[in-house]
Amino acid sequence: MSTNTMETQVTTSALCATDLRVETDAGVEILHGISFTLQPGRILALVGESGSGKTTAGLACMGHFRQGLAKGTGTVSLGGGEAGNILDLPDHQLRRLRGKTISYVPQDPALSLNPSMRIGEQIAETLRVHQIGATDSDRRLRVAEVLAEVGLSNDRAYQRRYPHQLSGGQQQRVGIAMAFACRPSVIVLDEPTTGLDVTTQAVVLQTIDELAERHQVAGLYITHDLAVVAQIADEVAVMLSGDIVEHGATDQVLYAPRHGYTRRLLAAVPDLAGKRRVGQVEAITGEQPLVVPGPHGVPDTTGATSLVDDAKLLFGTGPRATPVAAAPHPLMRVRDLSLSYGEHQVLDGIGFQLLEGESMMLLGESGSGKTTLSRCVAGLNDAYTGSIELFGEELATGTRARSSEDRRRIQYVFQSPFSSLNPRRTIAESVGVPLQMSGIGDKRKRRALVLEALDQVKLGERFMERRPGDLSGGERQRAAIARALVNAPSLLVCDEITSALDVSVQASILDLLRTLQTDHNMSMLFVTHNIALARHISQRLAVLQKGKIVDIGTTDEVLDNPQHRYTQELLANVPTFK
Amino acid sequence: MITRMIAKRLLVSLIILFIVSVLVFVATLLLPGDPAQAILGQQATPERLAALREQMNLNDPVFVRYFTWLGGLFTGNLGYSAATGGPVTALLADRIQSSLVLMGLAALISIPVGIIVGTFSALKRGRAFDNASTGISLVLASLPEFVIGIGLVALFSTSVFKILPSVTMAPPGEAVWNYPVQLVLPTITLALVVTPYIVRMMRATMLEVLDSGFVEMARLKGVPERQVVLRHAVPHALAPVAQVIAIQLAWMAGGVVVIEFLFRYPGIGQALVDAVANRDVQVVQALSILIAAAYIVVNLLADLVGIFTNPKLRTEKAA
Repeated sequence: MSTNTMETQVTTSALCATDLRVETDAGVEILHGISFTLQPGRILALVGESGSGKTTAGLACMGHFRQGLAKGTGTVSLGGGEAGNILDLPDHQLRRLRGKTISYVPQDPALSLNPSMRIGEQIAETLRVHQIGATDSDRRLRVAEVLAEVGLSNDRAYQRRYPHQLSGGQQQRVGIAMAFACRPSVIVLDEPTTGLDVTTQAVVLQTIDELAERHQVAGLYITHDLAVVAQIADEVAVMLSGDIVEHGATDQVLYAPRHGYTRRLLAAVPDLAGKRRVGQVEAITGEQPLVVPGPHGVPDTTGATSLVDDAKLLFGTGPRATPVAAAPHPLMRVRDLSLSYGEHQVLDGIGFQLLEGESMMLLGESGSGKTTLSRCVAGLNDAYTGSIELFGEELATGTRARSSEDRRRIQYVFQSPFSSLNPRRTIAESVGVPLQMSGIGDKRKRRALVLEALDQVKLGERFMERRPGDLSGGERQRAAIARALVNAPSLLVCDEITSALDVSVQASILDLLRTLQTDHNMSMLFVTHNIALARHISQRLAVLQKGKIVDIGTTDEVLDNPQHRYTQELLANVPTFK
Repeated sequence: MITRMIAKRLLVSLIILFIVSVLVFVATLLLPGDPAQAILGQQATPERLAALREQMNLNDPVFVRYFTWLGGLFTGNLGYSAATGGPVTALLADRIQSSLVLMGLAALISIPVGIIVGTFSALKRGRAFDNASTGISLVLASLPEFVIGIGLVALFSTSVFKILPSVTMAPPGEAVWNYPVQLVLPTITLALVVTPYIVRMMRATMLEVLDSGFVEMARLKGVPERQVVLRHAVPHALAPVAQVIAIQLAWMAGGVVVIEFLFRYPGIGQALVDAVANRDVQVVQALSILIAAAYIVVNLLADLVGIFTNPKLRTEKAA
């Protein structure tokens, strides 16, 4: 990684975007004239939160605008510019460039690979439409070559597989192989590792890095994950509501950020060491005033610089979850919990104990059984064997069989705030449902309790009559948490509740949960795949792999001295900066 | 795995067919009137009635009669028509053929037209072609088949133009396809009834597929638009549409009744209407079970199309 790139860019650029503007069909401008340059063999990371326009910018480089967007203005030229402005090219010329000179790696390979085409054929199709290789057998050789490059087996049988026969990481490597197949000069990567666990992510990042280096491909890496940026990018451009607010070498942007927004973004990233205080940053809403929107380093006008310094001052004084008070009682005891669907063992002899007022993180990748386990605890899945005790009494398996008091004691917050709230009900109605269920008939009393719960999650009275459609993702998740809190539960089960949210919103939700936990002595089961959150939310940590708890202990014990190979591997692959 | 799925579907189809046969048999038992009386007329003597009942096995217990009838279905012996006295199979053979011709022609027109119009509608989303096809298909879908038929008759053979015959008048015993002009209106009517549903379903699924990640990916890797549509989008839209086509084809087997009656077309629909009027129980039973079987077979075929176009069902899951 070189730190000085500004001087060389004019002569050797692979792609140059200038004053790129994109409007919606309705005429609202969502990209306000951004400019950047990509160089062969180097990767520029375009960082921003959802809605910042980073994907729109990446696709505009390929002359592609999604449904609802009008064609952009500005210039995007490739290499020496002999192909002209990509934004002005007619479809047939654009088509010749796409996949051949500039290629794309999509965010979700499960959606972007054609489910009814064999993977070898999908790669070969790219070669065929760009007339690379004279015959089909030539092309098959090339397919085998690129599959080997991304570290997949490349025999005939593998090429004949369908996407659903591969794991998520393998699918993404097929996507990368497809993008590199025609030896493009520019490659646009749209969050290619979102949804992969850290070990797979590390392999995929390394593959991208190696291939870009070997074939001297210029990369535009779109992401919201600053830790990934530290690993892969040579340069970083930070986007905020359609503008690039800071642009520079990776080290400078990550370690000496100039713009306030970058600083706040960095401060919100949870770190494994727990040195940053993610919980006390305010939610970043994207309404920051901008004085001089420009490509390189907008001067900081927002003034909020104190957070990072505060974090440094407070270093070591306990940003982490507060230790549990002495002599707590066991709240829940899970013993020998198993569940299988046919031959497939989802949970295999799970046992753990949760103390009153304690927060435990259940860590695992997708398919490890962590969501199934939390659903069993909440009684949403009643097909398990084994026992779950609450306050020393064994719970019935399903919610229907449990008493309403038991149901009240365990509350559940779902992953997606976009689907867990009824869009036709006002927030007050949704939050009030659990009260009706537990038999609080008096309307005025219900309203008072709802208001109290909304106050606790910092939404307040003005949200009561609004509907989920009017709320942002973070506000919705707060409303969902209020619904869980309204009945004063003893245990809150949080199922990946921050994974659909931006880091800054995630930070405020973590903050909220920690406050609630300490103020109300509430226990929490925090289910996640993001190991970096561990020190920010939980006193204890259980690592789940293939339905078994492979590591369990206090957060410090597990992170500092992991026992199981799987945990060690995860820890070794966590992307970090600082 | 796939053979097991197909075997399961087949088994379910057979069970449904069996249940339908029981229902049809019971329903015809409940029809008012005595078949022997219907055949011999009001003047028949009690002796002759008794003799005929004996000959038709009407005195046997109900379940014996059911199993005799069911056995007959398998051996191709559908009994004797009360109206003509001849075997039901001989009576229906021509009728079935005529109906199949009508339905086949209608399917041959409506399936490709429906798929193509639906696909173009989706590709031209929000433009004039799309608006026109969506509007027209909605109007057609909301009109009952006899209204469409009468409208076409008024337009092409009576009030406006007088270019096509409004009724089928093939001499008895001669095949309908020897008079192609007479087939035009019934075929078009049937096709117009069925096509709108295919158009609308094809449009809806194509819109969804065109918005999917793999279609965007195909465009972003430089695949020509024609190939994007034909190779990546249409195959994915076909599986759900196959189900709708199957339901439409199955509907045709029953829906021809009205259209055949309207155009005096000598098919199974006409035969069914006549048989009910004449208390011709054997013919009613035979036709009902035939129409039910058509429903089941066509739906089974649609399921098979669904299975074969979905590689997830064809192949094993990743280890």
